[in-house]
Amino acid sequence: MARPAKDAPVLLRLDGITKRFGALTANDSVCLDLRQGEILALLGENGAGKTTLMNILFGHYVADEGAVLVSRDGAELAQLEPGSPHAALDAGIGMVHQHFTLAENLSVLDNILLGTEKLSALKSARAPARRKLADLMTRSGLTVGLDMRVSQLSVGEKQRVEILKALYRDARVLVLDEPTAVLTPQESDTLFAILKKLAAAGLGIVFISHKLAEVMAASHRIAVLRGGAKVADLPTSQCDQRQLAELMVGHEVSETVRGAGTPGDTLFVLTGVSAGESRESIRDVNLELKSGEILGIAGVSGNGQTMLARVISGLETPFAGSMRLGDRALTHANARTMIDAGLARIPEDRHRDGIVGAMTVSENLAIEAIRKPESQRFGLLRFAAMRDKAKALIDAYDIRCQGEDSPARLLSGGNIQKIVLARTLEGEPKVVLAAQPSRGLDVGATSEVYRRLLDARARGAGVLLISEDLDELMRLSDRIAVIHRGHLSAAEPTETLDRGTLGLRMAGHTMEAAE
Amino acid sequence: MSDILEIFMSASFWAAAIRIATPLIFGVIGALICERAGVLNLGIEGIFTAGAMAGWMAVWLGAGLWGGVLVAALAGGFFGLIHAVLTVPLGLSQHVSGIGVTLFATSLSYFIYRTALPDVSSPPRIEAFQSLDIPVLSDLPFLGPALFQQTPLTFLALFLVAATAYVLYRTPLGLAIQAVGDNPAAVESQGLSVYGLRMGAIVAGSAIMALGGAFLTMSAFDAFFFGMVNGRGWICIALTVFASWRPGKALLGALLFGAFDAFQVRLQTEVGSFIPGQVFLMMPYILSIAALIVVARRADYPRALLVPYFKGQR
Repeated sequence: MARPAKDAPVLLRLDGITKRFGALTANDSVCLDLRQGEILALLGENGAGKTTLMNILFGHYVADEGAVLVSRDGAELAQLEPGSPHAALDAGIGMVHQHFTLAENLSVLDNILLGTEKLSALKSARAPARRKLADLMTRSGLTVGLDMRVSQLSVGEKQRVEILKALYRDARVLVLDEPTAVLTPQESDTLFAILKKLAAAGLGIVFISHKLAEVMAASHRIAVLRGGAKVADLPTSQCDQRQLAELMVGHEVSETVRGAGTPGDTLFVLTGVSAGESRESIRDVNLELKSGEILGIAGVSGNGQTMLARVISGLETPFAGSMRLGDRALTHANARTMIDAGLARIPEDRHRDGIVGAMTVSENLAIEAIRKPESQRFGLLRFAAMRDKAKALIDAYDIRCQGEDSPARLLSGGNIQKIVLARTLEGEPKVVLAAQPSRGLDVGATSEVYRRLLDARARGAGVLLISEDLDELMRLSDRIAVIHRGHLSAAEPTETLDRGTLGLRMAGHTMEAAE
Repeated sequence: MSDILEIFMSASFWAAAIRIATPLIFGVIGALICERAGVLNLGIEGIFTAGAMAGWMAVWLGAGLWGGVLVAALAGGFFGLIHAVLTVPLGLSQHVSGIGVTLFATSLSYFIYRTALPDVSSPPRIEAFQSLDIPVLSDLPFLGPALFQQTPLTFLALFLVAATAYVLYRTPLGLAIQAVGDNPAAVESQGLSVYGLRMGAIVAGSAIMALGGAFLTMSAFDAFFFGMVNGRGWICIALTVFASWRPGKALLGALLFGAFDAFQVRLQTEVGSFIPGQVFLMMPYILSIAALIVVARRADYPRALLVPYFKGQR
């Protein structure tokens, strides 16, 4: 990819930024330059300090040490007033947050206008704004209906509005936080094409990511953050994925490898299942899970995965279709019946649905077995027995906590997930429902999750893996089905699929249309 | 049956409906402004009382009628500011703070009234607003007495409906208020102050609420007495939901309630001999609950209503 000239002017300089939250150092004297016309990728694991750094740049946080320097209209670099989003906007910095900052009850146009006019103005000047935006849209290729209510837009369209918001304010530096997290692979390609166009037109662009492939494909230069400090700053042409992964994690990365499986009999069957009414619903879903296999469910967030998981967990009763585990009909089962029938549930929002934060680690580990003789006698809880069990599980699953009596909410995301794994997998379940099991986890915890799922598969359990991460699905699953707008495609062996095909199906193209 | 028809044919019925609706219009517009910015203001009942007392007392002490209106608005704004500080930068429970403001404002108003007039048995009257004589319009047959013989405060209420609608939908300030009630992060990322907008909206909304109370003492009853607000504030909170947070629908809801109330008073004289009066008193409330069930099930809540915003926490 064509790099901008070496002597292109520096638009933005981070000079020794340090930010501490209590004992945690989120950013450790980070220095960074961004030149005009350049796309800089900021790479790092969750918790490496990428988002904190960008929030300091944009004035959401104030750095403890260091300064942000910006060049305004080609002038000399000057320090930016810390802690003021207003000042950052004035200096031409536009930020596209990972969680969109749009008012859903307003139109696209009004969202873009928000904050650009004096609050004392007697009338919003919508007509001139329309003209300017029409011009911006033709030049950048970002098209959105200006009169649509934001609540009606797709995720990709909302992101376009966010970028337009920045361009409308004549941003010269554009910062995107994990821009592809919510996009299909095709939408991501479109986004990067637009970013290249904008960079060629003279913007400086920073995008934050932890996905190696897209960082390699779409940037001129890569800065790697680890533990809050910058550990590398290299032209993309001098990098390769393996080296970046090691820089990111800090040690050699061992790939989880899925051995050949030995799928057995059909174990768990959904036939024509429909549930839910709103956008997050499923319609006529057919699914067959064999013992000893991992069946992956791919899809962009919000296409019915949550409802599917709720139905299988017994939290939602389908209004049509049937559900069967072994030879037991479970269509109208509630959550407890499902667990008793042999289902392990790894919920997608582990903080909300996986643990009770105020209860102790040992209570959380016993919570699904609360009626079994091992945890109660004559209706009274056997705390000593629960503690002993918890100690064993803490060892076996390497749960890092201050003992079995500490409240579960104090644990990190990875350790909370280990509690969920220990609790659900210990009973040797027949079916494992894993919804987004590695979301938000670091590399270590992720590989632990992968190992446990593969162990369950080797033991003969059927694993249903719902995920938005294609790499994860391709790596773990024996077969993959795609969910789109509540409809589930037939599962196909992973070997016959590639990322492109899956991406198209996630975007709603049927097989015929894709060919 | 013809008797009931006769009620709707009389100009005095429509005049009464609008008169009864006026304090509710102020209240619901004020509540709507607060809630559009994302803050429920249950201080409304107390702010009504404070507005009623402050406006009346100012006039009684010799301020002009419009001076009284201004004092009432300031009193409302003061209690609004208390609620704003507690709920916005401090992020406390909006329910608890609102109930607290209601109790505080009501008690303080009664206390000041009793302290100023320790041994009055019948509340002293003031020279209140008289109905406005609008050339031509007020003299129209039927329509004149039905719609155009109201006091200036009623016309102020109607003007505020139009002004609120204009500000909310046509000005940058209105867009910002709508946005801050939907997604405060959107407002902050565009360089505006979430706290400033929310606190401003609460203070302004509370000042408008207080005018509803002022109407009671300065237009309707000409005097202040205990318990005179009588739940009108709470009705406004329900009407806000009924109105789906839209000023036009808020006006409609208030008028509907006014019409129910005016109707039940007249119906009592028609059929009161064999149905107990309390049944009629219940009617507007039952009808507003019914209307609420029908309309509000699909209500499009401001998404950030009741959710405090803390800078830098996401």
